Amino acid sequence: MLTKLTGGIVYDPANNVNGKKKDIYIQDGRIVSKPRNVEPDKEYNISGKIVMAGAIDLHTHIGGGKGNIARMLMPENHRIDPVAHTDIKRAGTGHAMPSTFTTGYRYAEMGYTAAFEPAVLPVNARQAHMEMGDVPMLDKGGYVMLGSDDFFLRMMTANKDQQAINDYVAWTIRAAQGVGIKVVNPGGISAFKFNQRQLDLDEKNSHYNVTPRAILKSLATAIKELGISHPLHVHGSNLGVPGNIQTTLDSIVGVEGLPMHLTHVQFHSYGTEGDFKFSSGGAELAEAINKNQNISVDVGQIMFGQTVTASGDNQRQYANHGFSSPNKWVCMDIECDAGCGLVPFKYRDKNFVNALQWAIGLEIFLLVKDPWRIFLTTDHPNGAPFTSYPHLIRLLMDKSFRNDMLATIHPEAQKMTTLGSIDREYSMQEIAVLTRAGAAKITGLVNRGALGKGDYADITVYTENENREKMFEKPDYVFKDGELVVKDGEVVNVVWGTTHVVRPEYDKSIEKDLKKYFDRFMTMKLGNFTISDDEMTEDGRGSITVHPTVGEKV
Amino acid sequence: MTEITEVPSPFCGIGTDDLAIQVDGISIKVTANGCAINTPAFEQAISDFSPRVDGKEVSLEEAVCKAVEILKAANQPVIGGCATDVNGMRALMALADRNGAVVDNMNFTAAKRNFLALQDSGWMTTTLAEIKNRCDLFVVIACDLEVFAPRFYERYLWNKESMFLDDTSAREIIYIGKAPSGKASTSPDNRQAQVLECANADLPEVLAVLRALIKGNLVNAEQVAGIAITDLQNIADKLKAASYGVVSWAAGDLDFSQAELSVQTICELVKDVNASGVRCSGFPLGGKEGDQTANQVCGWQTGYPARMRFSSDIPEYDPFLYDINQMFDNGEVDAFVWVHAFNASAVPPSGGKIPTIVVARSGMTFEEEPAVFIPLGTPGIDHVGHAYRLDNVVAIRLKKLRDSGLPSTAEVLTAIEQGLVN
Repeated sequence: MLTKLTGGIVYDPANNVNGKKKDIYIQDGRIVSKPRNVEPDKEYNISGKIVMAGAIDLHTHIGGGKGNIARMLMPENHRIDPVAHTDIKRAGTGHAMPSTFTTGYRYAEMGYTAAFEPAVLPVNARQAHMEMGDVPMLDKGGYVMLGSDDFFLRMMTANKDQQAINDYVAWTIRAAQGVGIKVVNPGGISAFKFNQRQLDLDEKNSHYNVTPRAILKSLATAIKELGISHPLHVHGSNLGVPGNIQTTLDSIVGVEGLPMHLTHVQFHSYGTEGDFKFSSGGAELAEAINKNQNISVDVGQIMFGQTVTASGDNQRQYANHGFSSPNKWVCMDIECDAGCGLVPFKYRDKNFVNALQWAIGLEIFLLVKDPWRIFLTTDHPNGAPFTSYPHLIRLLMDKSFRNDMLATIHPEAQKMTTLGSIDREYSMQEIAVLTRAGAAKITGLVNRGALGKGDYADITVYTENENREKMFEKPDYVFKDGELVVKDGEVVNVVWGTTHVVRPEYDKSIEKDLKKYFDRFMTMKLGNFTISDDEMTEDGRGSITVHPTVGEKV
Repeated sequence: MTEITEVPSPFCGIGTDDLAIQVDGISIKVTANGCAINTPAFEQAISDFSPRVDGKEVSLEEAVCKAVEILKAANQPVIGGCATDVNGMRALMALADRNGAVVDNMNFTAAKRNFLALQDSGWMTTTLAEIKNRCDLFVVIACDLEVFAPRFYERYLWNKESMFLDDTSAREIIYIGKAPSGKASTSPDNRQAQVLECANADLPEVLAVLRALIKGNLVNAEQVAGIAITDLQNIADKLKAASYGVVSWAAGDLDFSQAELSVQTICELVKDVNASGVRCSGFPLGGKEGDQTANQVCGWQTGYPARMRFSSDIPEYDPFLYDINQMFDNGEVDAFVWVHAFNASAVPPSGGKIPTIVVARSGMTFEEEPAVFIPLGTPGIDHVGHAYRLDNVVAIRLKKLRDSGLPSTAEVLTAIEQGLVN
């Protein structure tokens, strides 16, 4: 079947198309050149409408054990947002941590076609994939967490060579079916189990004598040497601590030019100036990103309102549990592998710290110059639920709206931010980079996030509207792999995306050491730990898409 | 005859995955690492192959048709049991969503005690591998642990090697409430567990005093429920001196009114120990035969644990109202589906004259024959699947051990659900 989208204004940064009127042809789920002498079977007249690739969220907690604890923790938060079933859609609940079906529908209804879960504990990876297996409409993938797991830390203490570390990293990403590697508070989750309540970049884990700096270096090197496209995905040390901008700047230096992605960097950009000893490090951070081409970031913007913070970083979550609102929270040590912490949060615009957090995130968005190295996230649900993205896009694209909002926040916070003096407004093309082309590139996706010949036909069509929030919250059409799935902002066809993975080569002899370790210390057999391809596909809906490592032929 | 090793069990809840099993046709024998729970559960013979409608053997299609007919006519269907694997639970949820049914996991009345505490104030918990490698003080509250999980001590406390303890046999074990029925808690070097016995009815008071002592509050009494305050002070001191204390409880054994408040006291005293400057974790004991699986899948699909309903086309959760036993008593049910793929002796509660559809492990026998009975294959024996361990993090991959031809829960419930579409 040949489908034609006629007359749209296309923003496709991957192919240097910037607001050009262009017809798009789709066949067998992919974009094709204009075929000769063949009439389309189906034509959509989208004359004058804005066309982009389907949006990609490269950091959103949509699947995995901690998210499900967050769901269970907050029934009152689901009760305010029930979602009825329809003939094609399943019932569910929304708000801070929506149920899986509702997550998929709502993402698609905003024009998203892919989302990546950034905190897949290897031992909990099955659950992450099973939950994502119940997220319809989207392609999915996971970054596998390392850095506080005891096998890795034992290797570090024993001074194992980089090759052995690489083998372990590659084995883990295969066993857990991941597309990238994440490190959360490097070594700090482990340190908390030894009762260290904080861990600075150069502070040693009391048992292993290893510093976060050394962990970052070792894992970032492994990623580079294995050819994994997505840089080491780093949730840094000292999350939320006033003064942590220095930790973040030191981490950038510490990684010595290796590719590194700093995630939810807003939570890591705080100074200690001013009457309240809490200030913005946004400008300093942006300057460091502008200077260091090896660094990419996503922001983790906060929005005012109720949410729940869900993190693998139980050391910092424990430290922040006093802020929980409502006052209930969970911390968990997990399987000599990692941990998690859930702390409900209500960000208030009249609270000085929250108001400044909001401004810091926006400062970072607006001061980082290269749109290919910064990404649009709220670290869903930590900064805000993903459903706030259209509002965030308006804040970035509309200076007068932004300044109107700025005028409503805590007055002391207004004095402590340069936000009001920043004139930049994001262009349509830049938004397409942040949410499509750039996100596909940094996660190593082949033929996604782009609208060229051969690319998968994940396409979103919007009606131009001065009010960018209205425009981005309700696309006219969304196509997933060439099929029409959303019309006028409503799901009309339920489809199931693929799971993106990478599979770097490794020396299988690492499994001998792992088997011994599992038999001695773990609670399951090595053979029962690895997730098979069957498990990902046997429900009849799931599939796996393997992406090449850097330098590997497609 | 074939021998299969590293077989994981969905029955015991503690994720034993080292069983060796001999398969001869459709008969199964556990040849290594069995226990009082797993061995009979694996070895139970298949006695039914055919579904029945009103006691007469029929084809699967006919049984499904009859089930569809009953559910189509129902105003308030309920689905109980909910004891199956992940895919079975997924199919169960789809059926409930389409049919506007109540979903009620059979052990939710016990699990509710934990959920109410979790949803009111939260907790700090740990998992089996952390216990195995770190725990130097293990406190058991009101549970006969070796009956609950016969291999718990062998696998997770008296393991020879650990990463962070020089001598695992030096771990200290303390029981509060029920005394252990056997010697599993006695250390390899023959140290017996310390036991502070009290009746369940006295637990709220004993736990409250223990918490007060941990917080350093003054307690004027000399004893509580027959336990000397000095003994409780001693436990408080030990918890605050341990490197990695763990306090466990089994919600299923806390069978008294408002036991959720005792669970909450346990969870809060664990937080208090952490606030005093040392690490300590809670460890809820529960989740056999698919309880965790039911709550996990229901949780990610609806946002709520597995006592909820779709009757108004949206998910609604109420840990009290949607208790199906109470709904039966109130005459609120007009069709009843019972799903139990693990245990042939887990028979449904009597629904009286309510049309009943039983989708359960082959071999179940009934005082009153249900309208429809469909014998199932067992996850981890007759088909592959996934089941959650009690610590809620690890989903184990269940193996298929034999070809019995019996359908999976997912196959049967999906067929019924599809029947409702047409």
